[in-house]
Amino acid sequence: MENLDQLREELLASVAAADSLDALDSIRVSELGRKGRVTEMMKGLGALDPEQRREAGQALNAVKTAVSDAIDARHSGLAEAALDAELAADRVDITLPARPESEGRLHPISQTFDEIIAIFGEMGFSVAEGPDIEDDFHNFTALNIPPEHPARQMHDTFYLPEKPDGERLVLRTHTSPVQIRTMQETPPPLRIIAPGRTYRCDSDMTHTPMFHQVEGLIVDETTHMGHLKGCLIEFCRAYFEVDDVPVRFRPSYFPFTEPSAEVDIGCSRKGGELKIGEGDDWLEILGCGMVHPKVLAACGIDPDKYQGFAFGMGIERIAMLKYGIPDLRTFFDADLRWLRHYGFVPLEVPTLLRGLTP
Amino acid sequence: MKFTLGWLKDHLDTDAPLDEITDRLTSLGLELEELHDRAADYESFVVGEVVSCEPHPDADRLRVCVVDTGGTKIQVVCGAPNARAGMKGVFAPSGTHIPGTGLDLKEAKIRGVDSSGMLCSEREMGLSDDHDGIIDLPADAPVGESYVSYMGLDDPVIEIALTPDRSDCAGVRGIARDLAAAGVGTLKPWPYEEVKGSFDSPIVWKRDLGDEGKACPMVVGRAFRGVKNGPSPEWLQDRLRAIGLRPISALVDITNYVTFDLCRPLHVFDMDKLSGDALTMRFAKNDEEIEALDGRSYTLDDTMVVIGDAKGPQAIGGVMGGEVTGCTEETTNVFMEAALFDPVRTAATGRKLAIESDARYRFERGLDAESALWGADVAAKLIQELCGGEVSAVTVAGEIPAPRAPILFDPNRVETLGGVAVPSEEARRILEGLGFKTQKQGDKIEALIPSWRPDVESEACLVEEVLRVQGFDKIPAVPLERETPLSRPAISLPQRRVAFAKKVLAGRGMLEAVTWSFMRDTEAQLFDGGEETLRLANPISADLDVMRPSILPNLIAAAGRNADRGNGDAALFEVGAAWQSDDAKGQRTVAAGVRAGMSGPRHWSAPPRAGDVFDAKADALAVLGACGAPVDKAQATADAPGWYHPGRSGALRLGPTVLAWFGEIHPKVLNALDVKGPIAAFEVFLDVIPQPKGKPAKARPLLKVSTFQPVNRDFAFVVDQDVPAAKLIGAIRNADKKLVADVSVFDVFMGKSIGEDKKSVALAVTLRPLQATMTDAEIDAIAVKIVANVEKQTGGVLRG
Repeated sequence: MENLDQLREELLASVAAADSLDALDSIRVSELGRKGRVTEMMKGLGALDPEQRREAGQALNAVKTAVSDAIDARHSGLAEAALDAELAADRVDITLPARPESEGRLHPISQTFDEIIAIFGEMGFSVAEGPDIEDDFHNFTALNIPPEHPARQMHDTFYLPEKPDGERLVLRTHTSPVQIRTMQETPPPLRIIAPGRTYRCDSDMTHTPMFHQVEGLIVDETTHMGHLKGCLIEFCRAYFEVDDVPVRFRPSYFPFTEPSAEVDIGCSRKGGELKIGEGDDWLEILGCGMVHPKVLAACGIDPDKYQGFAFGMGIERIAMLKYGIPDLRTFFDADLRWLRHYGFVPLEVPTLLRGLTP
Repeated sequence: MKFTLGWLKDHLDTDAPLDEITDRLTSLGLELEELHDRAADYESFVVGEVVSCEPHPDADRLRVCVVDTGGTKIQVVCGAPNARAGMKGVFAPSGTHIPGTGLDLKEAKIRGVDSSGMLCSEREMGLSDDHDGIIDLPADAPVGESYVSYMGLDDPVIEIALTPDRSDCAGVRGIARDLAAAGVGTLKPWPYEEVKGSFDSPIVWKRDLGDEGKACPMVVGRAFRGVKNGPSPEWLQDRLRAIGLRPISALVDITNYVTFDLCRPLHVFDMDKLSGDALTMRFAKNDEEIEALDGRSYTLDDTMVVIGDAKGPQAIGGVMGGEVTGCTEETTNVFMEAALFDPVRTAATGRKLAIESDARYRFERGLDAESALWGADVAAKLIQELCGGEVSAVTVAGEIPAPRAPILFDPNRVETLGGVAVPSEEARRILEGLGFKTQKQGDKIEALIPSWRPDVESEACLVEEVLRVQGFDKIPAVPLERETPLSRPAISLPQRRVAFAKKVLAGRGMLEAVTWSFMRDTEAQLFDGGEETLRLANPISADLDVMRPSILPNLIAAAGRNADRGNGDAALFEVGAAWQSDDAKGQRTVAAGVRAGMSGPRHWSAPPRAGDVFDAKADALAVLGACGAPVDKAQATADAPGWYHPGRSGALRLGPTVLAWFGEIHPKVLNALDVKGPIAAFEVFLDVIPQPKGKPAKARPLLKVSTFQPVNRDFAFVVDQDVPAAKLIGAIRNADKKLVADVSVFDVFMGKSIGEDKKSVALAVTLRPLQATMTDAEIDAIAVKIVANVEKQTGGVLRG
């Protein structure tokens, strides 16, 4: 038995001294392997009598287990050290720039449309559309702008070529023809907004030949100017995200509404900086009114039974105000620097619940 | 429309402070545009007398003046040639801001002589361009009085923005009437009465308008004999100057004054220059010419009304008088015209001739129907007062248009339409204040429309009148009632697809642009556009003259502009309309994008690359996928239109329907657009993506995942070069539609070793068994089937 103890000490010492996985492996082969020393001694047990064989076998097994455990333990220690060494050698300069990715952006017009839809959608409006190329009836006549009405000239209309029958199509000067199309196609009650492109033959610092509007229309039997005020005040506060922004309704004139109003919001222009909601100055943002009885009649709706309101608002203007974009003309230039700066990350659709402008 | 506070008070008896008046104007719909307080500019200026004026000891052109400014005497060095002892002028002490030069006056030594203050010219005062000398005030100007009060500049000028429906407020009296109705003072009585006249006018009016009598329903005239047409009195000149008009002579000034005071344009002819004994309202003959008061000559046509004498047209009706028969300082006999003209025709005439005049501004809005008659009395009184002479009886042609039928007005409508309850009596009081004659008719009010309100035509108009006089701020805001407890979808599927397209493209790193709907015709032609029916008759400029047939040229041009600014790597998209024709179907909603330049900046780990046909294809597929198109059923065909590179472009189709085009832009097109390529581009036609029939199911089909090990096998086939890869993929899939789960192409090789006109395509095939793990024999069997099917469908053979 003594020499077994000695054997164990000797083997454990050589395991402890092994300084590499290879050295450890050669110990395992030379001692515990098929032709290893311990294995050979196991084979030698066959010559002993059963009693002795059992005892010697147990003792030898204990040695074998102890050495085997020691080899496993030493192995994991050496493996860890080897990995540490390998990883330590595999080091990069983490201050190098990451791989470039281009980040897309949505145009402020798209963001503004989405915000407008989110607000009016909560008030039960759905989105209607109509063509950009309109006929005279929908763009003018049905809106109580008869031929030669001065308002037609005020609109600086773009015309397409005259047709053989004398008709001249126009690029719609406002989104109001969508009102007409909706009223012609759908019986009341109606609650729609119509965002879209509009065109006027005008170009200077504050006008572009193409711009965007959103039209709103309600037709039913009871909606009155108080509702118009309630709806638009709610809109202004939600859109500008200023709870107490002052909103002022001024009498005005549009051929397609009666009474008509223009809507101003409170602002301050102190030091040349425009701030919405503060101060004692006013800024015009939209036109509105009760749908003119003649307009209802032109669409086949009985003006003695039905009434409602309509409004129209310039998209670029309210986008410029909210997002602080100084120059209208830059909207249509597709300058990458502008799009990256004023554009919006396409993370989520604006909603009142989750917030409008990210 | 401009007026002064003092002028307003001619008609309105009020003590209301200025800010209350201007606030009320805005709340009445007469929006305050600008309040110009002229007094502020001239606060420090006083009337001074030059007590002495001696030559400057060291300068030939300068003089040393001592100015009495009312108690103090101040020495000033002055260079004006008209400076002289005893004259009175406008003196500005040191420290004054000089409006004409924008400088602050400082004490100075001029060539060694002290000078504190300045005697001012009109230009230095910002009054005119006159800088020939200093202002020479009349001898009776009181020394030391402030210039502001001496010149009557302490009367603030109010400018309102007038909506096109309100003609009555194009006159000061109309504005006063609105304010009085709103409780800001009381309207003063009408200051004019009928003037009889002492002789018959030697010129009579005639109307020769055929069936179109409404072109000029009525005209009234008077003759004046022995008048003296000098400068008009100071008060009148001051008023005209305050609103930006140049005083000319008493007669002309009177017509301008009445135009602004009462919204009653008048015209005065020098009677001695008229030919014949009648003036006729008639249509012009085509190509008839007239020299107008603005000194320009106009060619008329037969839609325009003119006032003709025996010789020809002497005035353009409602727009402008003629130069030849106009009044001058020498005029002693005058014929005055006050007419009514059709607003529409006047507007059309003015527009055609490009004449903007104060008369046209009023006539095209519609005048008080009774104003031709009272206008003649107003003119008679003022001309006699200011120019003397004798006045004739009136000569009249036509008649006052019949009054319009009264409106039956239900005061409850103020509440049901206007949203605020106004007692019936209060509504009546407001209407009466505006000049309506009202009568109770049961619960309703019968309202007779005043002759000066052509804009009022229905009950809704009366609701507006009551509301606007009360102020829209009196209407309580009411929240809209919800129709459903929760919000319902506000947008349709096609509208949602537009949003999907935008989001997916921005998510792919592209920037959304919004570009013009119109473009240059020569560029549109490169994209199958430029149709005559889509050409604007009046484009804003030659490079924006046809509706765009495609969004791409705008995006390509934008990429070019950005490259010129040093930003060549542009990934831009736009979702919007493009036009094939001018009818409703011709407007298509297109998602288009371009990738120009490189995929990014140069980078240490991997070089950037230029966008190519497969980037464009991926973009197009991504849009289609996001929009719910059956992308797996779409075929790619190599037949994109001519603006794409013929070898590196294609279409994505569902049968005959083209869902999208993609590819690299044809170098010739890039050349024509003057943009450097290559540029990869796509156009996806959102309208043609099929819509689900009925209500689309939201539940997904059950997910079937196999628990058995998938098997991957690689094949390489040699096929003719013109065999599309899609055909090989299809042949493999069709070999066993259940087992073949995925096929991908991982290599395409062409070379002499496999023969001319041949290519080798290597494909990785994933087999996914559903029932049991596949045995080697089963795998071999499937491989044999795949090879056989490929050979049958494409002629391809397994590469040895």
